[in-house]
Amino acid sequence: MVKLAAAERLPVVARGMGSGLAAGSIPMPEGSLVISLTRMNRILEIDTQNATVLTEAGVITATLQAEVEKIGLFYPPDPSSIKHSTIGGNIACNAGGPRCLKYGVTGDYVLGLTVVLADGSILKTGGKPIKDVTGYDLKGLFTGSEGTLGLITEALLRLVAKPQFARTALAEFDSLADASKTVNAILSAGIVPATLELMDQTAIVCIEEAMKLGLNTDVEATLLIETDGSDEQTVLQEAATAAQICEQQGARSVKVAQTPGERNNLWKARRSISPALARKAPNKLGEDITVPRSAIPEVVQRIREISENYGLPIVIFGHAGDGNLHPNVLFDKRDPEQWAKVEKMVAEIFAVSLAVGGTLSGEHGVGLLKRPYLEQALGPVSLQLQKQIKQALDPLNILNPGKMFPV
Amino acid sequence: MSFLSNLEKPAETDYLNCIRCGLCLSVCPTYREYLTETASPRGRVALARKGLDGQLELSPNLTEQMYSCFGCMACNDICPVGIHPGDLALSMRHVQEQIEPSGWKHALFGGLIPRPQRMEAATWPLRLYQRLGLRKLFYALGLRKLLPEQLRDLEAQLPSIPQRPLRRVLPEVTAAKGEKRHQVGFFLGCAQSLLFAEESSASTRVLARNGCEVTTPEDVVCCGMPARGYGQMDQVREQARHNIAVYERYDLEVIITDCATCGSTLKEYGEILADDPEWAARAEAFSAKVRDISEYLATIPLEKPTGRVEARVTYHDPCHLRRAQHVWEEPRSLMKLIDGLEFVEMPEADWCCGSAGSQLITHYETSTKVLDRKMDNLNSTGAQIVASGCPGCQMQLTTGIQRNGLAVRVVHPITLLDEAYGE
Repeated sequence: MVKLAAAERLPVVARGMGSGLAAGSIPMPEGSLVISLTRMNRILEIDTQNATVLTEAGVITATLQAEVEKIGLFYPPDPSSIKHSTIGGNIACNAGGPRCLKYGVTGDYVLGLTVVLADGSILKTGGKPIKDVTGYDLKGLFTGSEGTLGLITEALLRLVAKPQFARTALAEFDSLADASKTVNAILSAGIVPATLELMDQTAIVCIEEAMKLGLNTDVEATLLIETDGSDEQTVLQEAATAAQICEQQGARSVKVAQTPGERNNLWKARRSISPALARKAPNKLGEDITVPRSAIPEVVQRIREISENYGLPIVIFGHAGDGNLHPNVLFDKRDPEQWAKVEKMVAEIFAVSLAVGGTLSGEHGVGLLKRPYLEQALGPVSLQLQKQIKQALDPLNILNPGKMFPV
Repeated sequence: MSFLSNLEKPAETDYLNCIRCGLCLSVCPTYREYLTETASPRGRVALARKGLDGQLELSPNLTEQMYSCFGCMACNDICPVGIHPGDLALSMRHVQEQIEPSGWKHALFGGLIPRPQRMEAATWPLRLYQRLGLRKLFYALGLRKLLPEQLRDLEAQLPSIPQRPLRRVLPEVTAAKGEKRHQVGFFLGCAQSLLFAEESSASTRVLARNGCEVTTPEDVVCCGMPARGYGQMDQVREQARHNIAVYERYDLEVIITDCATCGSTLKEYGEILADDPEWAARAEAFSAKVRDISEYLATIPLEKPTGRVEARVTYHDPCHLRRAQHVWEEPRSLMKLIDGLEFVEMPEADWCCGSAGSQLITHYETSTKVLDRKMDNLNSTGAQIVASGCPGCQMQLTTGIQRNGLAVRVVHPITLLDEAYGE
C-alpha cells in the first residue's frame, strides 16, 4: 500500500486506536490514506528464556501486559490510555506513564522493530540481544517519530520479571506547594517508588464527580505513591518511609490501600483525570511539559500565576516524580476571547518549562499541536538536522505530512 | 438543517462534549469484534454529531452503524464526560424513523407485538412444533444439521414453550402464603408469558411465600423495548400510557418484574413521557414503583430456603439489569442463600452476551462472535448452571451452549430460589 501511495504521492497516516493527545493521527491534507493497524493484533512470540515478546503493532497494550503477566513477566510502560491504545501507537509516540519513574519509557523496552519505509520497502532492525552497537540505533530513531519516518508494523520488546508486591498510598496536602516539595524529599531519601503522582484540587473534584470514589475534595493536592518489588519487607518499608516523609512535609493524612480493590480504585481515579476534566468546561487543552524534578515547586507556582493573570483555570496533575506535569487549561472555545488567552497561556507555560531546562512534551508528542514551538525548544541546529533526517527517509513527504515540523 | 428542525432529536449536550478520548473503545463489544472506528461508541457519537449538524447525510450506512450497536450501555457507564453513546444510537434510530418511516416496522411493532392475542396466535406454530413432538423428531433424525447455521442457532434459542401462555393461567391475585405483609404488583412480560411461563410462575410463588399478595393484571401490553430498539417512539409512548393506566387501577406498594428488559423500560416511562403534560407525573409515579424481582426481594425479610441445590452455579449479568438498573449484587446474594449451591464468578460476567434482542437475526456474525467469547468464559468456570434474569440473555446463552457443545443448564436466578423452597 505504501508503494502504491508513493507512486501516487498520496499522504499516508498510520493510526492505532486514536487515543493520542497531540493530534498526531489526524490526516492533514484532504484525501490522505489512513492506515489503521488495529487488526494487526496478534502476539507472535513470547520468549521466556530471553524475556522478550514479539508483537504486531495493533495489539492493545493492556492485552499484551496481561498476556506476559500470566507467565510472570512484566511490560512496565503504562500510559493512562493503556486499555485503549496500541503498542504501535505507544512506540510511535514513545509513550510514558506513571511507572516510568522507576522503569523508564516505552523506548527503553524496544529491542527491535519492523518498519514499512516511505518507498514501501520493509526494514527490520534490532533483535534479541540487549546490547547492540552495530551501526546507528535505528529503532531509537523510529521510536517517537509519530509516523513521520515509517509505519511500525511489528515490535520486539524487552520484558522484566514481574514485581511480586506493591503498596499504594494516597497522601493529602492542604498546600500544593508542600505536596510538590515532598516529591523531591521522597526521591532524595533514596527511595525510588514505581510511581509518584501529583493531583491538584480541581483534578480531585473532577474525578470525584465522575467516579464517586469517596475522595476528599477539600484538600489542595494529593500525591499517589506506589512502591513495588519482589521483597515484601522492602516494599512495605519503602512505603512506610515515603508516608513518614509526607507527614514531615505537612501532609494532612496518608492512607495506604489495604486491599487490591482499594488500590484499583486509586488508580482508576488517576487514569480518569484527563477525560474527567471535560465535565468542568466545554474544552480543555492538556499540556505535557517535563522539567528537572528539582524545579517542580517553582514551575507549579509559575503555572498558578499564569492561571491567575489570565483568569482561566489551569488544572495541574502529572507524573511529578519524573518531572512530567500535565497542566490543563479549561476554557470554552466558542468564546474567541478565551481562545486567544489560551494560546498565550500555553506559550507562557512552554516558556516556563524551557527556562528551567525542561521540554515541551514528555510523553504525548508534538503532533499538530506543538509544532509552532519546536524551534524554540530544539534550537535551529537540531531542528535543521531533524528536517534533514525526515528528508532522507521520506523524500516525497508522504508520511504523516504536516506533523512535528513547523510550517 | 431545516428538515431536522421539526423532529424529535438528541440535544446538543448529548454529543457535543465528547473529547474523543477513546475510553469507550475498551468496553464496546462491537468495537472489539470489528476493530473499526465506525463500530465504536466514539465513532457513533461522531457520526451522530455530523449527521445532526448537517455535515453528513443521514444515509442508510450511517443508520446501520446506529443499529449495529448492541445497546449494552457499557459505554454509558465508562464515559468520563457523562455522554451516553448507547442512548444516542437509540435516539438516532428514532430520528431516522421520523425522516423515513418504515412500513414493516410499523406493522410489527404497532400491529403485532403490543397485542397479546396476536402474539399468542403468532407463536402457535412454534408451540405445535414442540407439542406434537416434531422438534424431537427433527433432532432425532438429525435434520437440524441440514439447516443453515444461522437458522440452526435461531432454532436452538427456543425454550420449551408452555402449553398455554402464562397470561391466561396466572390468576389476577395470588394470595400471600401465611400472613400478608406486602401488596405488590407483577408485570408479566411477553417473553415470560409466552416462552418462560414456568419461571414467572416460580417468581410469583417466591413472592407469595415471602408474604406478598401478588396482583398480575392480564391486560398489560409489551413494555415497549422492541419498538424503542427500532426507533418507534410513538409506539413506545402509547404502550407506556396503556400500562400506566392498567396499574393505576390498583393500590400497590411496588410493581415487580422478573424480566430485566421490561424492568429497564418500565423504569424509564417517567423519562419517556416527561414532555407529555397529562402523563408526565403519572409516568414518574409509575416508574418510581418499578423493581426487578431480585432488587425487591433483597429489601424484605426472606424465609430461609430449606431445600438444597447441589450444583456449581455462575451468573451472567443482563445489560438491562446491571447497566440500565444497576442491579447486580442482589441476584448473586439471593442465590448464595441456597444451601449446597457453590457460586463461582464468571470472567467478564457483565460483558454483553450478544443477544441485544434481535442481533442474532440482524447481525448474526457479530452476535455469535460475542456469544462464543461468553461461552469461553462460561466454560472456564466449570459451572453446571448459568443463571440470568433476562429472557433474551437466556435464549442467547442456550444457543451458545448448543453451538459450543457444552452441558450447562440456563435458568432464572429466582427459579433456583423457588426450587430450594421446594414446592
